Amino acid sequence: MSLSRLSCSLIVASAVAATACRTPAPQDLLTGDAARAVYVAPGHYDEFYAFLSGGYSGQVAVYGLPSGRLLKEIPVFSAFPENGYGYTEENRALLQTTYGMVPWDDTHHPELSQTNGLPDGRWLFINGNNTPRIARIDLTRFETDEIIQIPNSAGGHASPFTTGNSEYVVSATRFSVPVPNSDVPIADYKERFKGTLSFVRADQPGKMDIAFQILMPGYDYDLGHAGKGPSDGWFFFTSYNSEQAYTKLEVNASRNDKDYIAAVHWKLAEQCVKDGKAHRTPAEYDHNYVDEKSRIAVTERKHSVLVLKPEDCPGVVYLIPTPKSPHGVDIDPTGEYIVGGGKLATVIPVHSFTKMQQAIAAKAFDGDLDGIPVLKYEAVLAGEVQHPGLGPLHTEFDGKGYAYTSMFISSEVVKWKLGTWQVVDRAPTYYSIGHLMIPGGDSRQPWGKYLLAMNKITKDRYLPTGPELDQSAQLFDISGGKMRLLLDFPTVGEPHYAQALPASLIRARQVKFLALAGNTNPYVARSEADGGITRSGKAVHVKMIAIRSHFAPDNLEGVMLGDTVYFHVTNIEQDWDIVHGFAVLGMNTANLILLPGETRTLRWVPQEVGVFPFYCTDFCSALHQEMQGYIRVSAPGSNVPLTANTSPKAATQQARMPMNHGSMKGAGR
Amino acid sequence: MTRRGRILLAIAALLTIAALILPLWTVRLVAPQYPEGLGLAIRTSTVVGLKPGDLLSINELNHYIGMRVIVPNAIPELAWMPKIVAFLAAILLIAAAFGSRRLAAAWCVLAVALAAAGIWDFHRWEYDYGHNLDMANAIIVIPGMSYQPPLLGSKQLLNFTATSWPASGTLALGGAMILVALAAADRKRTSRRPVPIVPAVPHLAGTPA
Ligand SMILES: [Cu+2]
Repeated sequence: MSLSRLSCSLIVASAVAATACRTPAPQDLLTGDAARAVYVAPGHYDEFYAFLSGGYSGQVAVYGLPSGRLLKEIPVFSAFPENGYGYTEENRALLQTTYGMVPWDDTHHPELSQTNGLPDGRWLFINGNNTPRIARIDLTRFETDEIIQIPNSAGGHASPFTTGNSEYVVSATRFSVPVPNSDVPIADYKERFKGTLSFVRADQPGKMDIAFQILMPGYDYDLGHAGKGPSDGWFFFTSYNSEQAYTKLEVNASRNDKDYIAAVHWKLAEQCVKDGKAHRTPAEYDHNYVDEKSRIAVTERKHSVLVLKPEDCPGVVYLIPTPKSPHGVDIDPTGEYIVGGGKLATVIPVHSFTKMQQAIAAKAFDGDLDGIPVLKYEAVLAGEVQHPGLGPLHTEFDGKGYAYTSMFISSEVVKWKLGTWQVVDRAPTYYSIGHLMIPGGDSRQPWGKYLLAMNKITKDRYLPTGPELDQSAQLFDISGGKMRLLLDFPTVGEPHYAQALPASLIRARQVKFLALAGNTNPYVARSEADGGITRSGKAVHVKMIAIRSHFAPDNLEGVMLGDTVYFHVTNIEQDWDIVHGFAVLGMNTANLILLPGETRTLRWVPQEVGVFPFYCTDFCSALHQEMQGYIRVSAPGSNVPLTANTSPKAATQQARMPMNHGSMKGAGR
Repeated sequence: MTRRGRILLAIAALLTIAALILPLWTVRLVAPQYPEGLGLAIRTSTVVGLKPGDLLSINELNHYIGMRVIVPNAIPELAWMPKIVAFLAAILLIAAAFGSRRLAAAWCVLAVALAAAGIWDFHRWEYDYGHNLDMANAIIVIPGMSYQPPLLGSKQLLNFTATSWPASGTLALGGAMILVALAAADRKRTSRRPVPIVPAVPHLAGTPA
């Protein structure tokens, strides 16, 4: 770092420190009409759906904007006892990996599916950062439907950014590792450790597939974004640790003045793979997906992946030097500018796609690394934003020619103009902002009305809650010349990144209940008459329906200690928002929440002899408390016949059921 | 009969055929928990929910108060009605083919009688449905309360406001009746017995209408 830059950064730091210390008095907000701007009157809807990652909660939280009201938590990588996600026989498979069931993860980057470079409201993708995975959430139901594990990867951070028609979502490894992973001295890092960029085919539900991986130098890869417009067909990934340090990275990976943005010509990579230039390489990974009709998740184990080496496909990757330890890489709506967020840099470097193409044509290279050409910084640079603040991380765009960059160290959002690279506004955040988000702010046409800042630290913002405080999001109005803070609200887990789009794009496609007629779960019971109990060896299968306000059958006998009971419960309602629950005394997994028309199975291994009630956990009706039944567990070898009686209403069922002794008299002898 | 009369009869026949498919009557239910409403459409051959799942939900809600389950296949009228309406359409087609004014007039009388009978039957069915409750299994019992849906207009039934109106099928049938009546009244101008231009009863000629 040059001396002039260093001194400049110190000046900026002190200037920023001076402003950041002045927390605005509450009147600042009250005198404006901020409250009115976020007030959504009772019975009215928010304008946007915002999907915030839940960080280490492993989930996605859905908020309405501008109100900041929490609408839903969607479990993705974390088992969720609230509704049985990860516990039922139907969806346990979703959390399967080659490491076994991994019932948690660290969700970082929600990514809306796109059509023609615009969010389309079909799906939301999100990464598991710890055990590299990508999940697909279906936005007609707000449920996780598919998860694919990423092999040869460790730390799926740069993920799952999408191409303009969601042909691919990507996953670049944060940690380089031996590929394939093997027993290697860590000191051999430089020679043996590699990075991978994975391109995951994502355009069809249930069919996510790792199309190919590009083998990269052993750096840490951090974030990525697809090109658009003129840069469509390209993908840009940040990397740090070009020093290839493997110990004390804090210092040792921060030595180089510049690291790299890897520009990947994915259309060319696709062609090279088609031409047979990639190598099929052994790799174990799991692909889990939900069958559309039965709603049962299945796991398929895959055993190989296509790996493309850049030297086998000349022109597929170039490295763009970028100061310093770049974190975010963001492409402006026109697709021309590539903004690097060098977290230790004192400027915000902006590269030009046009200049990059010219530099490639003119071979303006500074040598190569592992056979990958390194472009000359000056040849690609469009401009630098001077004195932006400290710790630039991420940039989003308002579609009106302005860019907004989050400044982690100086805790602020900085607005600057594309082309002139002049800072035009800055707003403090509380505190330590990571990502920021403008609805559609990484797309071709942002809805540039609001900006959401996602902060890591919230000292003095809310009532304290012990040593750990909430994390927060802050909403700014960016419709005028100046950013205006409207609202801050606490969030679920760490709101790492978010995406948002107009509510109309999702509401029009909402599923209100699942069609019972289309339910192909093998244990579905479509009417009370379908219910019953059967034994096969030590497994007892109970088919049961839930409807306001009873279960049928509601009393079960003939189960013995040592049996495993499978409760297959179908909610046969066909009515919006009539959800039923199911739980058994002593249940050591979770309860079930059943959407209308859905069948879910809970496995229960009785631990003792006795009579155990089960009941509905969702307050479904006035007679919710009456929605209950019993299961009797007898000693092994006892001769209690296997019976399932039902409510008197289901008289027609009696004929179909096993002999039913004293069915109306309850579970007596 | 004139060409015009035959065309009217043909259109009336088509309207009658349309009534076979179109809903004759709709009943809508709105409650605090159902701001979007639930509803039933009654057709000649069946009863369906206005939205998928509505029939099931209405049956489910009605079980609380002991009302019977609406099973379209078990309602005898729904087996008869399509045949009757098809029969009416067939007569109209014949009348149109032969240009028979007499047949058209007869149809009118029959149709009015059948419509009256149909509405009376619908009312009777609603009465029975709302009054004949399974008290042994009713969960909410309000002394003196019955749940007969209105034939026309709105009525409060516990937490639901029930609104009932004739629907497009009934309008089509009504339209058919008017057309047939017009056709029946449509005298051939070149009949063998010429219509006198001067009124047969001269002293009525100057009478103001
Ligand atoms: Cu319930």
